[in-house]
Amino acid sequence: MEPLDVELEDGELELPTDPMLLNMGPSHPAMHGTVRIVVELSGETINKADVQIGYLHRGFEKMCERGTWSQVFPYVDRLNYASPLLNNVAFALAVEKMLGVTVPERCQHYRVILGELARICDHLVCSGAMAMELGAFTPFLYFVKARDLIWDIFEEETGARLTNSFGRVGGMAHPPTANFKEMVRTTLPAVLDLVRDGENLVLENRIFLDRLEDVSVMSRADALALGWTGVVLRSTGCNYDVRKHHPYLTYDQYDFDVPIGQRGDNYDRFSCRQHEMKQSARIIDQALEMMADDGPVNVDDPRIVLPPKDEVYNTIEGTIQHFKIVMEGIKVPAGECYSYTEAGNGELGFYMVSDGSGTPWRIRIRAPSFASTAGLGQLITGAMIPDVVPTFGSLNMIGGECDH
Amino acid sequence: MSRDVLDQLVQRFDDAVLATHDQFGDETALITADVWHEAAVFLRDDLVCSMDHFIDLTAVDFADRRTPRFEVVLHLRSSERLHRIRLKAPVGLGPGGENPQVDSLVDVWKGANWFERECYDMFGVEFVGHPDLRRILMYEQFEGHPLRKDYDAHRTQPLVPYREGYEKLQPFGLPQGMPFGRQTHDRWKTAVAGRPEDAGATNLLGFEED
Amino acid sequence: MNDNIRVIEGSETGFATTRVDALLGWARKYSLFQYPFVTACCGMEFMSLASGRFDMARFGAEAPRFTPRQADLLWVVGTVSQRQAPILKMVYDQMAEPKYVLAFGTCASCGGFYDNYATVPGIDKVIPVDVYVPGCPPRPEGVIDGLLLLQDKIQTGDRTPAIVKPRTDPVPASEGLVPLRKQA
Repeated sequence: MEPLDVELEDGELELPTDPMLLNMGPSHPAMHGTVRIVVELSGETINKADVQIGYLHRGFEKMCERGTWSQVFPYVDRLNYASPLLNNVAFALAVEKMLGVTVPERCQHYRVILGELARICDHLVCSGAMAMELGAFTPFLYFVKARDLIWDIFEEETGARLTNSFGRVGGMAHPPTANFKEMVRTTLPAVLDLVRDGENLVLENRIFLDRLEDVSVMSRADALALGWTGVVLRSTGCNYDVRKHHPYLTYDQYDFDVPIGQRGDNYDRFSCRQHEMKQSARIIDQALEMMADDGPVNVDDPRIVLPPKDEVYNTIEGTIQHFKIVMEGIKVPAGECYSYTEAGNGELGFYMVSDGSGTPWRIRIRAPSFASTAGLGQLITGAMIPDVVPTFGSLNMIGGECDH
Repeated sequence: MSRDVLDQLVQRFDDAVLATHDQFGDETALITADVWHEAAVFLRDDLVCSMDHFIDLTAVDFADRRTPRFEVVLHLRSSERLHRIRLKAPVGLGPGGENPQVDSLVDVWKGANWFERECYDMFGVEFVGHPDLRRILMYEQFEGHPLRKDYDAHRTQPLVPYREGYEKLQPFGLPQGMPFGRQTHDRWKTAVAGRPEDAGATNLLGFEED
Repeated sequence: MNDNIRVIEGSETGFATTRVDALLGWARKYSLFQYPFVTACCGMEFMSLASGRFDMARFGAEAPRFTPRQADLLWVVGTVSQRQAPILKMVYDQMAEPKYVLAFGTCASCGGFYDNYATVPGIDKVIPVDVYVPGCPPRPEGVIDGLLLLQDKIQTGDRTPAIVKPRTDPVPASEGLVPLRKQA
C-alpha cells in the first residue's frame, strides 16, 4: 500500500508553531457554568490566561437599593449560596453595627452554631466539587450526604433547606426549636464520620495528591496584595481569621485553632478546608454548652424588631408597629459603615451608606471569592491545562458572590 | 488603633486631606483625587501604616445630592499591625458628574485590577493608568453603567432577541398533577375533545377550549 | 386486574404488540441523557438530587453528557443572565432532536425576584421549555415530580409546556400523617 503522505509537501507535515487560543467555559463541566477562561497555549502549557467572570451578574447591589433594609436578606442568601446562613448573620451584624445594638447572648450563640454549620456545608461543597472534577466521585457523594444531614437541621430550624433567609436585624426569625441542641449533637458526629470517610478515599490517592501538591503556588505577599482572605489566604501561611483577630459575636469565648498552610498550593487549600470543618465542629460543641435553653433571642427594641404575631392581630400598637417596620423599614442612622465577618470563603464585608431613611442608599458587598478569582489568572499562567481544574476548584469560586 | 494611621496621613498630606471621621469605629479620610495614588503608596510603604492587605475598592453615586457626584472608596488593612483604614476621594467634578477620573492603583496592589474594572463597569469611573480597563461583570455591548442612580433598574439590553408568539401558560399551568394520578394528563386531552362530564372541571382550572 | 393479561413464563415464547411511536416514547423517556446547564444557587439542590438520597438515577436520567450534541434533556439550573443568554441559545441549538428542556427553579422559569437589568426574565424568552419547576430553589421532590411529568409528556408525544404545581398530600390528615416538625 502506498504511504498516504507521499503527495504532501514537507511544510504541510509540520505542526503549527503559533500559540493556540483555547476557550474554556462558561458552559464547561469544570467551570461551574459561570466562568470563562481564554488561554493562550504553547503545547499544553498556558502562556497567558484571561479569566472572564460576570456570567451570573444578577444586579444584587441595584436590587438592594429598591427595598427596605430587611428586604435585603433574601438577596444576601443567594450571594454565597453554599452557606446562606453565614451571609444572613453577616448582613444582620452589619446593620446592627450601624444601629448600635447588640443581640442577646443566647442569639449570639445561636448565630454562631448555625453559621458554623453553614461553614461546614460550604467547605463540603467546595471539597466535594473539587474532588468530583478530578474524577473522584465517591467523596462527593459522601460529602453531599453529610451536607444533607446538616440541611435537615436547617430545615427543622428555618423551614428551608438552602435559602433560609433566617437572619433578622436585631435577632433571628425564630428562637431555636426545643430539639435543636439534641439534633445538632446527634448529627455532628455522623457528619464528621462522613467527612473522614470521604477524605480517606482521596488523601492517600497518589493521583489526587500529585495533582494537588505543589501545583499553583501563591506567595504570601502576592495573596495579600491580591486581597485574598479566608482559607485561600491562610493556606499561604498568613494567619488571618476575622473570628480570631477581630472577634465578633461570641467567638472570643471559644477555644479553637486556625489551620494555616505552608506553601499555598492546592493541597494546602484543600486540607485547610478539611481541618477547618473539624474546628467548626469544636466551636459548635462549645457553643451548644454555653447557649442558654431559654431567654430572649431578639433585642428589645420596638423600632427594630417586629412584634409577636398575636400582638399584631390583637392590639392597635402592635399593628402600627408592624406596619411601620414593614412599610417604612428600619430607620438606620445616616452615615457609612464597613462591617466584616469570616464567611465560607473569607472576609465577607458590607460597605453600607445610609441616608437615614428606611431604604439603603448603597450596599456594597465585598465578596471574598471575587478577590480570590482575580488571582486565578496568575495561578494558572505557566501551568498545564489539567492544572486549571484543581486550581479553580480549590479557590471555591461561588458565582453569586463573585459576580454580585 | 488606626488613629495613628489617620494622624500620619494628615501630617503628610495636610491640605489634601479634606475631612476625617471615625463614625461607627471606622477611621476614614477624605482626600482629594489628585493625591490618590501618592497616598496609596504612602499607606503601603510607611512603616507605621504598612497597609499591605488590599481589601476593597468601590464607588458610591450620590446623584444630585452632592457635588462632586461620585466617591471612590478604598478599604485597606495591615497584616502586621492589624489596623484598617478607609480612604475616599470625590471624583466627577463637572455638572452631572461627567468624566469621573482617578489614578489607578494596580501598580500599588495588583488586586486592585479587578476591583477597578468592576468600578468602571458599574459606575463609569475611569482609572487612569489601568492596564486593561474593560467591562468585567456586564458584556461589552452594554451601554451605560447600571449602578448609577439614573440607570433604570428595569432597563434590559438583551443580547439575543426574545422569542415571540410562544404559548403563554396559565398562572397555574395546565391541570396536570403528578405523579399520583398518572392518568390526569390524558384526562384534560379528552376533556378538550368535548366530553361533557369533564367540561366543567377543565373550565374551572382555566384551560381554554378551542 | 384484567383477566386477559397473562405473565409469560420463562420457557414460553410470545410477542407483544405496540405502536412505533409508543415504543419510541417509552424508550426515550427512560433513557434521558442530560446536559446540566448549571449556573447558580439551584446547582446546590441539583447536587443533592444527583447524589445518594434523592438519586435521580432511579428514573433513567442520571447520565450527564458534557457536550450538548449527545444530550436530549437540557436542565437549565439557575439564573440566566443577559450575558449568559446567547450561550444558552447556542447550547440548545447544538442539541439534536428530539430535545427537551426543563427549567429548574424560579429564576430559570420566570426570572424570579431578579427583576432587573442583568437577568433574562425566564429562559422561555430565549428557548422553548417543556417543564417548569418552581421553587427557589425547588426541593428535590419537586424536581422529581417535574421529571416524571416530562416522562409522561414524552410518552404521549405532547410538547405543550407544563408546570409542576404545588399540590396537597394525597393522604388525609386523619390517617395519621407524620408531622414534619417534631413536637416539643
